[in-house]
Amino acid sequence: MTVDRDEVRASADGSGVAAVAPDRGGRAADLLRTRNLTSVVSRNAAVVGLAVVVIVGIVVVPTFGSVDNFRNVALAASFIAIIAVGMTFVIINGGIDLSVGSTYALAVILSAMMSPYGSIAAVLVPLLVTAAVGLLQGLIIARLRLPAFIVTLAGLTGIRGLVFLITHEGNDVPQIPGFKVFEILGTGSFLGIGNPVWIAIVLFAIGWWVLNRTAFGQSVQAVGGNAQAAELMGLPVRRTTATVYVISGLCAGIAGVLTTALSGGGQEARIGDAYELQAIAAVVIGGTLLSGGVGSMVGTAAGIALLFVIQNLIVQGANLNSYVQQVVSGGFLLIVVILQATVSRRSGKAT
Amino acid sequence: MSATTAAAVTPEPGHGPDQPPSALKARLGLTNGWGEWLRARGVYLALIVLVAYNALFTFNFLTLATIQLLFAQLPPVIIVSLGMALVIGTGGVDLSVGAIMAIASAVLARFVLAPGDGGLGASIGVAMLFAVVAGVLVGAFNGTVVAVARVQPIVATLGMLVAGRGIALVITGGALIELFVPFFRTVRLGKLLGVPYVMWVAAILAVAAAILVRRSAFGYRLLAIGGNRRASVLAGLPVQRTLITVYAISGGLAAVAGVIATARLRASDPSFTGLLIELTAITAVVVGGGALAGGQVRILGTVVGAVFIQLLETTLVSHNVPDSGARIVEALIIIAAIYVQRSRSTS
Repeated sequence: MTVDRDEVRASADGSGVAAVAPDRGGRAADLLRTRNLTSVVSRNAAVVGLAVVVIVGIVVVPTFGSVDNFRNVALAASFIAIIAVGMTFVIINGGIDLSVGSTYALAVILSAMMSPYGSIAAVLVPLLVTAAVGLLQGLIIARLRLPAFIVTLAGLTGIRGLVFLITHEGNDVPQIPGFKVFEILGTGSFLGIGNPVWIAIVLFAIGWWVLNRTAFGQSVQAVGGNAQAAELMGLPVRRTTATVYVISGLCAGIAGVLTTALSGGGQEARIGDAYELQAIAAVVIGGTLLSGGVGSMVGTAAGIALLFVIQNLIVQGANLNSYVQQVVSGGFLLIVVILQATVSRRSGKAT
Repeated sequence: MSATTAAAVTPEPGHGPDQPPSALKARLGLTNGWGEWLRARGVYLALIVLVAYNALFTFNFLTLATIQLLFAQLPPVIIVSLGMALVIGTGGVDLSVGAIMAIASAVLARFVLAPGDGGLGASIGVAMLFAVVAGVLVGAFNGTVVAVARVQPIVATLGMLVAGRGIALVITGGALIELFVPFFRTVRLGKLLGVPYVMWVAAILAVAAAILVRRSAFGYRLLAIGGNRRASVLAGLPVQRTLITVYAISGGLAAVAGVIATARLRASDPSFTGLLIELTAITAVVVGGGALAGGQVRILGTVVGAVFIQLLETTLVSHNVPDSGARIVEALIIIAAIYVQRSRSTS
């Protein structure tokens, strides 16, 4: 049915020419253009939405547009933004990582725990451990071919258990003793913008480059699009799949270390609860399909910004409490995914 | 319970290498002897081992008090797991069950509270009815998003997980509401033939679910959709209606669990009612031999899975294993359970 409609539209577009000589190639090109247009809109919906929300926010809410406010929103968003970089790789690869909130908490606690042994230990130990945690889950998913959803669900439970174990059931939250150099990573700033924000920006840039300009990135997309075809093409499917979970664990680790660097430790063992949901929401809002194969790092960046800007607007403008924010965040996620599913189905049917 | 036992343990027709391919055979997968047995029945073995271990090594395990405690804790988990088993049977998942429990609890509180306290002063019966209706409506909404808008179930119900708890908090005004309802005492303590009422409710719902899956056209449609959605569409099955109904049932069951949890707590606590129960329910289904890919529902396996997980928690607690250790053990069990099932997914 949709094909018919598109064909009608295509011939109406080039009405004069089409009437004289029905050109199959031209019609195909028109079809292609229609499809590209919808997919371009759906893929950049987060960027467009962000622009609209920011402009409306500046006009409607006076306190929203201040430089200080933007600085604060960016700093608050940077941690989940870093987690979302890893999540983008996982989801494009066709998987999902529900364990990032717990992995993040593990890094937060380990970093503070290691800080007495120096800044290098406080940074490297958590990163090594979170990478190992990611590798373990990745190997289980890739080698044993178990569903990522369940493996990382077990990760969510098990890693959080580990966090409570090393903090003696959450009673013993480590602090950074005195000043350590690595705290600059969290507390310092450059050009008036906090270091975690810069680190997030750099990681997004690296993520974009790896995803779009390297053989590994192409493998990630190919595996997510069709794992069997990728296997037949001779791509290292298992290695690629295992690697994206290492990236995801590492990103959660970086975010955790930065959190400890910013706060000086003393974070409770419950930290990072439900961060996986926010990261997944940002990735999905950014136009990355959960079915894998298609996704964009720029979209994720816009998605995370959109989530935090909306939360900020709710707090600043409407002065709503935290549970109304929850309703708005969840409702917003639902609206976006419904629109996305509808648009992608339309364009899918036209082929 | 005996009805489910008979239904689940009897060997499936068409499940042998010599018989011609049938719908049942297809949805069971062509896995072979030992692995298949372990996958499908492993949870019974695991439960027996766990009970035996407790009988030998846990002080005071074989007492009425222990069993009473278990019976008090089990019903909400079992009831939520039943709905989850149906949803997973369609190839989906429902992450919003905990949030729906919170919504049902909040609705119950709003209806029961006296008008002076910001409530409607309704009778407990009406309040419970509306709590369950609220759950069914939220579930039907989930189902519509999944079936009509065709959003992946994980994301659709994820949105409801986030929004639902917020809705529950909005309904109660963000606070815990204490409820003084005489009927809750009956729910907590009432017994029939020595078994608590709530356990009877769970058992009846389990039998109803088993009959629904095995003996009704709806059940066959559900399994067909889980087995192959495209084929079901082409075969002219009412796929959308069936999916919406399944999620509505899951929502309704979660709401029943929410009402029971509220009665036990004697309060509506939207921040914590049903928190993380979706994980336990998914684990119960998977441990009970349900396939995440869909096309199969094991009601008895799911119930035994729920009992197993709850008993495991009780065991760990009674051996002074800290909560953290219990979580790690639970994670390992999830992985082990799906590893045993792997033969099916790769075949």
